[in-house]
Amino acid sequence: MGFVDKMIKRSRLKSPWIVHFDCGSCNGCDIEVLACLTPMYDVERFGVVNAGNPKHADVLLVTGTVNHRNRHVLKQIYEQMPSPKAVISLGACNLSGGVFKDTYNVLNGAHNVIPVDVFVPGCPPKPEAIIDGVVEALGVLKAKMGMGPEPEATLMPGDADVPTAAAGPEGEAASEADKSMKNAG
Amino acid sequence: MLSILSAVGGLILSPLVGGLLTGVDRRLTARLQSRLGPPLLQPFYDVFKLFGKEASVTNAWLVFSAYMTLISSALALLIFFMGGDLLLLFFVLTVGAVFQVVGALCVPSPYSNVGAQRELLLMLAYEPILILVFVGFAMCTGSFSIEAVFAQDQPLLLKMPLLFLALGYALTIKLRKSPFDISASHHGHQELVKGVQTEYSGPYLGIIELAHWLDLVLILGLCAMFWHTSVIGMATLVAASLFTEILIDNITARLTWQWMVQKRSLLLGMGLALVNLLWLYVA
Repeated sequence: MGFVDKMIKRSRLKSPWIVHFDCGSCNGCDIEVLACLTPMYDVERFGVVNAGNPKHADVLLVTGTVNHRNRHVLKQIYEQMPSPKAVISLGACNLSGGVFKDTYNVLNGAHNVIPVDVFVPGCPPKPEAIIDGVVEALGVLKAKMGMGPEPEATLMPGDADVPTAAAGPEGEAASEADKSMKNAG
Repeated sequence: MLSILSAVGGLILSPLVGGLLTGVDRRLTARLQSRLGPPLLQPFYDVFKLFGKEASVTNAWLVFSAYMTLISSALALLIFFMGGDLLLLFFVLTVGAVFQVVGALCVPSPYSNVGAQRELLLMLAYEPILILVFVGFAMCTGSFSIEAVFAQDQPLLLKMPLLFLALGYALTIKLRKSPFDISASHHGHQELVKGVQTEYSGPYLGIIELAHWLDLVLILGLCAMFWHTSVIGMATLVAASLFTEILIDNITARLTWQWMVQKRSLLLGMGLALVNLLWLYVA
């Protein structure tokens, strides 16, 4: 049984299937996500498949501003994914609401609706940053399975100036840490 | 007794071969699209991962259908390895296909239901061709038994070249390769999500994938039967069929079901098969 367990744990890190949900973004982030699948970046090298179906997926990529209408859809997609799973929040709008932050219909980030493991900032983030985000998510998954240390949050320029933990998206990642444990299998 | 043991041994080895061939398929496909592609063992990682996932199903029929699909694929392969009856093999293969449809129809998901309807159309397209090919075998050997084929001293490819082409046709449909991947698209982000496989998740999707590997081995085995006299000939036929399938998969767009059932399958596939059968009858 030990051997099978080890094989399954190893295989999890080698085949992250992705479902991508757009909460109503400007499509900038979505185009960058799809750019990862092109021959230029070819994420299939790492076993990444764009599954397009929450029931088959292991990693949820969320982009766009989360609002009162699509929060239910986002939550439903998250709940349809079988454990173990990871969530990556992509782009300024999804991290904090971006330019729409604190408007009456915006929820200021997907982490208010579902537990997020990795935040990838940028408007839009580069494909390299998205791939890096997926690799970080695998690191988080690895830590949850007890196979490695918890990856440390990388702060972006400007984050270090802010004294309070809650101001930056990375700070929120830390406060969200106990909640995100729900993703573990 | 020995034949049963060797057949069971073959059945145990088949998932390994099927998984490896799927890995080769994915890598070759990536190369044809000027990508690097996943590691050769990627299909095994995928299936191991799926077996380790949480089992969440909509209803019990889905689980039953997944197991029946696997059992029928395994049984068909066992019949093949034991040199059994081609007609029996055909019926067992059909049971697996029917249970895929049952599994897809027992859930309310519209994607799954549309996939099931299209799967029925696929069956309508490939089953007549497959049975005509088996009739061709019977006309050549005088028996529906697979053992009778191996008793021949001439390769059957010489007598039934058109039937081999027709079989290749039916097999592309059975493997759900493009241009015939209308019931469960290769890539889940298309209009149908994953068609008949949409509602399966975790270990049950793994079981369906395993059944698909067994089907692949069986299908390539059927291709190899056309040149049973030499091992090199069998390997050549298998390699050529697999490569042609992958090439066609990559260079064609998907067909609509009208094209597939009426023009492609019924006219071209059945035409090829019938011409060859006439030739066998006259010769």
